[in-house]
Amino acid sequence: MIPASLNAFLALSALLFAIGFLGVLLRRNTLVIYMCLELMLVAAMLALVAFSRFNGTVDGDVFVFFILTVAAAEVAVGLAIIVALFRQRPTLQVDRHDALKN
Amino acid sequence: MAPFLFNLFACFTIAAAVGVVLNKNAINCAMCLLLCLAGAAGLFIRLDAFLLAFLLLLVYAGAVIALFLFIIMLLDARGRPGPTQRGLHTVAGTAAAAILLAAVVGFVSQSGPDRAVPGPPLAVGASLKLYAQPLFTVYLLPVQVIGFLLLISMLGAIALSRRPPPGS
Repeated sequence: MIPASLNAFLALSALLFAIGFLGVLLRRNTLVIYMCLELMLVAAMLALVAFSRFNGTVDGDVFVFFILTVAAAEVAVGLAIIVALFRQRPTLQVDRHDALKN
Repeated sequence: MAPFLFNLFACFTIAAAVGVVLNKNAINCAMCLLLCLAGAAGLFIRLDAFLLAFLLLLVYAGAVIALFLFIIMLLDARGRPGPTQRGLHTVAGTAAAAILLAAVVGFVSQSGPDRAVPGPPLAVGASLKLYAQPLFTVYLLPVQVIGFLLLISMLGAIALSRRPPPGS
């Protein structure tokens, strides 16, 4: 299978990243913000795989391995933090967690 | 045929990603994220990265989404909507995302000629060996570090989710 073209994949990756960024900025639900963060990671992975394929090297794919691992660790710790926050104050809205606000 | 598959998976992924951002219900967001990951795995297959597509489905769609669903069910934070002064936030967030997108797409389109034809695809059976070779030679130290990171994050998750003793 011959991929479409490198720029098409990069534009798609940029669009996916921008959508994730928009979600992080717009949404108030902590869990949904976290999902949008994962979306941005997937966009970065897509760009890395595309570069790796079009350059004929395997380094980008290896980085995607690392991103997958770090993302799994990040989700585990992040969700534990969200649960701990929920025990402090039983809401998922980010703007209710304003203990550091002046 | 080949651009058709790319367009199909690209539209599918983008639509699912928009669904993640726009859905009100967190469970629907998680399901849209699942669809988006499936589309991304299809794009990985279009790029001949079969192993990574499989791992993406296994790790993300299998483990991470399940974790999200467990946490959504555990916390069950429906209702109680936040403050509703959203107009300025929406405009500012959309503008920031549009500026980011324009910057990246502008940079990509200026970056010299497009590459349309990649090298010959790797043989499917040789793929795993090709990944293992750099992982155990050039990237051996990062592999070790990431192993420790997983261990530490597991300990951290346990420590964070433990209830404090009632006396303190």
